[in-house]
Amino acid sequence: MAWTRDQMAARAAQELQDGWYVNLGIGIPTLVSNYIPNGIDVTLQSENGMLGMGPFPTEDQIDPDLINAGKQTITELKRTSYFGSDTSFAMIRGGKINMAILGAMEVAENGDLANWMIPGKLVKGMGGAMDLVAGVGRVVVVMDHANKRGESKLLKSCTLPLTGKAVVHRIITNLAVLDVVPGGLKVIELADNVLMEEVHSLTEATLV
Amino acid sequence: MRKIYDTPEEALKDVLFDGMTIAAGGFGLCGIPEVLIKAIKDAGVKNLTVASNNAGVDDFGLGILLQTKQVKKMISSYVGENDTFMSQYLGGELELEFNPQGTLAERMRAGGAGIPGFYTKTGVGTVIAEGKEHKDFDGETYILETGLKTDLAIIKAWKSDETGNLIYRKTSRNFNPAAATCGKICVAEVEEIVPSGQLNPDLIHTPGIYVHRIVQGAHEKRIEQRTVRTN
Repeated sequence: MAWTRDQMAARAAQELQDGWYVNLGIGIPTLVSNYIPNGIDVTLQSENGMLGMGPFPTEDQIDPDLINAGKQTITELKRTSYFGSDTSFAMIRGGKINMAILGAMEVAENGDLANWMIPGKLVKGMGGAMDLVAGVGRVVVVMDHANKRGESKLLKSCTLPLTGKAVVHRIITNLAVLDVVPGGLKVIELADNVLMEEVHSLTEATLV
Repeated sequence: MRKIYDTPEEALKDVLFDGMTIAAGGFGLCGIPEVLIKAIKDAGVKNLTVASNNAGVDDFGLGILLQTKQVKKMISSYVGENDTFMSQYLGGELELEFNPQGTLAERMRAGGAGIPGFYTKTGVGTVIAEGKEHKDFDGETYILETGLKTDLAIIKAWKSDETGNLIYRKTSRNFNPAAATCGKICVAEVEEIVPSGQLNPDLIHTPGIYVHRIVQGAHEKRIEQRTVRTN
């Protein structure tokens, strides 16, 4: 059985280390905050200017001045600090954020990442993704292994415009966990009851 | 010199002209200068170039300047929530320059700080790097980005004193402090103007030197993604 979205998020949460400052992207990465292991203390950064992001508010806690990078209402914690966008990206570019967990459309075997634009389709913008992948210490991508047509999203080289070149360290898909290593991608873990042959058949990138 | 103006129209008097450049604070609909944007709409100036992280939604924020076709060009990092934007952009009526979010923030900061250009790793190897100077430092490649200076900055803060010292609230700070610095003139709309001496000098976010005009306004503060937990 391939992993569900929540199982992928739970697996990604295992990447967190005690004391880390972490940025979670939109989509499945946001779910990671539900699975932070006991005893692991992490501080979540929201690139619109906040460290120490809390859970979604209850109805009576909603504050229009308090949102995350996905523009959702959120809450603060006792440890929270606020700052401007220039400071926020200074800490991102400056390598102070230990890890970013992001979604992706395509990843190449050398760690190239494409997650912001499909030519000919609606163009929305890269937001902070290019800054994050260029600056943070470690980039973990959470994504489906293949698209709905069964075509691999782990490629020899990306076909879509890049977000960053050789920036991805680890990929968590619905089928496996893979590391970007010299020469290609290395499967370090399989999802429950997923066979290596299945991963091979759905991976265009070189597996080493 | 009196910085406080009674209405947004007065605060923008004599500073608006066709073809001007404007830096605007805000992230999504949070901390946007909504009162000043409405006043710019009413003033009817056209061919604007607006640097702002986002372009509002169709009927709120910068979106209302798109509906009236007052904007010629946007400099933004993400414009996904605006159908008017999309149709004008795809129809060739609106120019768009995508800047990575941190690059946009730093361009505003640098422009306001007398830094004409800076090197960044952000965007190396992507379309953002095309045509830009590349330079290696300590074995890593960076691209040259330029500081941004605009004719006007419009920002939103929580509180101001009479001299324009500003305090922002929570994540509504976002691009406002950087945008404030990069305009030749900065007009700030605030929720409350307090007498000088009532803000703690140690806790000022934007010192009044950056703020030329202040206006108090009534803010709708629309929420884009109202998200709640049930328990």
